[in-house]
Amino acid sequence: MNVATTVQTSPGLEAFVGRSAGQGTALSAMGIPTRRVEAWRYTPLRAFADTVWAEAPALSDAQAQTVLAGLPLPEAGSCVVFANGRRVEALSSLSDSIVSTAAEAEDPLEDRFSAVLNAALVQDGLSVRIPAGTDAGMLALVSLTVGENISTHLRHRIVLEEGASLTLFDVNAGEGRYVTNPRLDIVVGKGARLTHVKLQQDSLTAGHLAIVAASVDGNGNYDSFTLNNGSELARHEVVAKLTAAHAQVHVNGIQIVDGSRLNDLTSMIYHAAPDCGSRQTVKTVLSESGQGVFQGKILVDRIAQKTDGYQMNQALLLSEKAQINSKPELEIYADDVKCSHGATVGALDDEQLFYLRSRGIPEAEARDILVRAFLLDALDLVTDETLRDLLQGSIRA
Amino acid sequence: MPAVTETRETVEKLAKSSYEWGFETDIEMDIAPKGLNEETVRLISARKEEPEWMLEWRLKAFRMWLEMKEPEWAKVSHPPIDYQDAHYFAQPKKKPGPKSLDEVDPELLKTYAKLGIPLHEQALLAGVEGAEEQKRMPVAVDAVFDSVSVATTFRKTLEEAGVIFCPISEAIREHSDLVKQYLGSVVPAGDNFFAALNSAVFTDGSFVYVPKGVRCPMELSTYFRINARNTGQFERTLIIVEERASVSYLEGCTAPQRDENQLHAAVVELIAMDDASIKYSTVQNWYPGDDEGRGGIYNFVTKRGACRGVRSKISWTQVETGSSITWKYPSCVLAGEGSVGEFYSVAVTNNHQQADTGTKMIHLAPNTRSTIIAKTISAGKSDSTYRGLVRMQPKARNARNFTQCDSLLIGDQCGAHTVPYIESRNMTARIEHEATTSKISEDQLFYCRSRGLSEEDAVGLIVNGFCREVLKELPMEFAVEAQKLLQISLEGSVG
Repeated sequence: MNVATTVQTSPGLEAFVGRSAGQGTALSAMGIPTRRVEAWRYTPLRAFADTVWAEAPALSDAQAQTVLAGLPLPEAGSCVVFANGRRVEALSSLSDSIVSTAAEAEDPLEDRFSAVLNAALVQDGLSVRIPAGTDAGMLALVSLTVGENISTHLRHRIVLEEGASLTLFDVNAGEGRYVTNPRLDIVVGKGARLTHVKLQQDSLTAGHLAIVAASVDGNGNYDSFTLNNGSELARHEVVAKLTAAHAQVHVNGIQIVDGSRLNDLTSMIYHAAPDCGSRQTVKTVLSESGQGVFQGKILVDRIAQKTDGYQMNQALLLSEKAQINSKPELEIYADDVKCSHGATVGALDDEQLFYLRSRGIPEAEARDILVRAFLLDALDLVTDETLRDLLQGSIRA
Repeated sequence: MPAVTETRETVEKLAKSSYEWGFETDIEMDIAPKGLNEETVRLISARKEEPEWMLEWRLKAFRMWLEMKEPEWAKVSHPPIDYQDAHYFAQPKKKPGPKSLDEVDPELLKTYAKLGIPLHEQALLAGVEGAEEQKRMPVAVDAVFDSVSVATTFRKTLEEAGVIFCPISEAIREHSDLVKQYLGSVVPAGDNFFAALNSAVFTDGSFVYVPKGVRCPMELSTYFRINARNTGQFERTLIIVEERASVSYLEGCTAPQRDENQLHAAVVELIAMDDASIKYSTVQNWYPGDDEGRGGIYNFVTKRGACRGVRSKISWTQVETGSSITWKYPSCVLAGEGSVGEFYSVAVTNNHQQADTGTKMIHLAPNTRSTIIAKTISAGKSDSTYRGLVRMQPKARNARNFTQCDSLLIGDQCGAHTVPYIESRNMTARIEHEATTSKISEDQLFYCRSRGLSEEDAVGLIVNGFCREVLKELPMEFAVEAQKLLQISLEGSVG
């Protein structure tokens, strides 16, 4: 460890966070990662590094209500709304089966920029637990950001006790140019089940740096799906740890990238116990000058025998200027495992297009059909029908 | 768990089978003092009787190297290397050409015998006068015996075809224009830390030039041997194949057993013009270190081929069983339209070996194609990583890549890792990548055992089957050796 570098604050950092980053903190030691940092080689933060991101001012309930009205939300269930980093009580309601708790410290994830940034500037967040054996139904967690050159840093923690279950709909949206940096800690207890469906629909000029840290106990199930659908630059990062036998983790997602935007799905699935399984299917559709990034790592510990890991990553390039960078990674230390990954990159199949056109379907429509078909087998992994329909409706054509 | 303990004991017992080709030849050497500075570079250049431009080239590389840092991204760990604590030049003392094998240094002959080089070929290698007329063989050997090519065989036959195959030091003197034009054109002196080091201090290696329209009449082969204590070996190979010409080049390595870690930083550059084809095959079996991982060779190699011409083809095949650390990424730059790059690899690690190897396929031109088949086998306490890059640049219309990486783990103390980078900037380019990790199944083992095979033979059979797609790419004589090597490398890994 070089001590000298830990006390220096990187020059762009003060400007970036718009307030004191604090001398000698983890954030000032890390600075803003450049492309030389392996984890960020495909996702440059340059465009965001020269703006001062001030603390977001409060948003009136009425303003929040207006933005909220435009969002696809399920009709039933609990709902918690955060606007510009503050909880809006008037728009929130929790069922009795969701119990508020004090925030608790989790793994700081000190080597991950999104987590370190969040730790330095954390504002508010939802901290709840679902008591043992309770099915808490649907919880919509909505984060709205409205404004120019502001940033929000929420930190949530959801604990599912033994045998509990919850469906979490995690919606991110807003207007203007801002940075949103939410952290979500998830603890899935023995035999508990969390279905996490995320819709990232932030403003097309926003930066979205989200990190999810999930830990899943024996027979527990963390089933997640992310639709990366907005932001100028978005990274959805998942660090999931399977801590006891027969835990299951799914980290699926779809990324729709157009304009000159960049969407990134980065995940680390850590098999720390035997007999666990993980599944990952990520599909990216790129048009115009869109850039897609997928970095998925499966780490299998020495004791994690009988691991069953599967990872599939596919990208569809629809324009000459689109770009995909993909890095599916396996790091395996146990011998009795079944791990595989696959990746494909390509354009629409001319033969399939021809087939549809020869049956009288206009080219534009034929393309649309093929793109939707490409996305369908990923979308089908969303088990909750209501949410699947909501997501499908949100995919921008 | 007593069963596990028992297994471990059995494994340890079996793993004691030592390096079959570990031996050290005692012959007179001319050694430069330890250390690396501009003086060392000047000394090497002077000893090699190099022209002025070559010295300048070396010095430029050396100065670049001084500014560079050792790369740290590979998944390998080793104590820091003291670059000043090594000899950078060792040369067997020259004697006038012997009249017959009887006059040849007997130690040298013993080494050849252990390497399995046939007698008449030994005569050729040792430079016995008139030996070439005795018998024709299909393979030409350029034996690199500790940094200096002792002899090059079949010069005449090759000369008739117009093929130049000689030590690179000789090429620098006699084919200066060719070397000057192409040296460093694929792997620039400042490409990476080890390439810069090599550029500054390389002592020998092979030079091949195949002129237009010539199909090289025989397979060219170099035996690499590290022989003297504490001499880093810095080989430099340059192969240029002109339009419609082709060559197959074999590189085989065995090294004697020793205590201290040795650095080996070679650079290989291949250049293929229009419709040319180069097949480069390697069997690498440097000393891997003992059961505890002590000793063994550090193999930090930069290999790169440039498909400059249209429809040119470069194919890398490698069987990597040796070295304590391997850091090697034979790559293809596909610059010619319709050019083809191939990479077939088997990497076996046992005991404490570490291998970080793979390839880069850089598609620059339309209709380029590449295939990557990488088989990784880890046993003992070893770690093996496939690290590869497939990049489709904007002009690579209709380019294709297929990649398959399979890992086989033997034992629960080893690691197998796959780190592919896939980058596409052209929508018409197609990339397919698949990777699997598994172990030898009990079913397969049981099937073989029930038919009377010993456990080790069964493992050997299964492993050879696992690697079949790669082994079939090797030239015949290499394939046989490679199969044997695989089995030897994995000895004692199953209990």
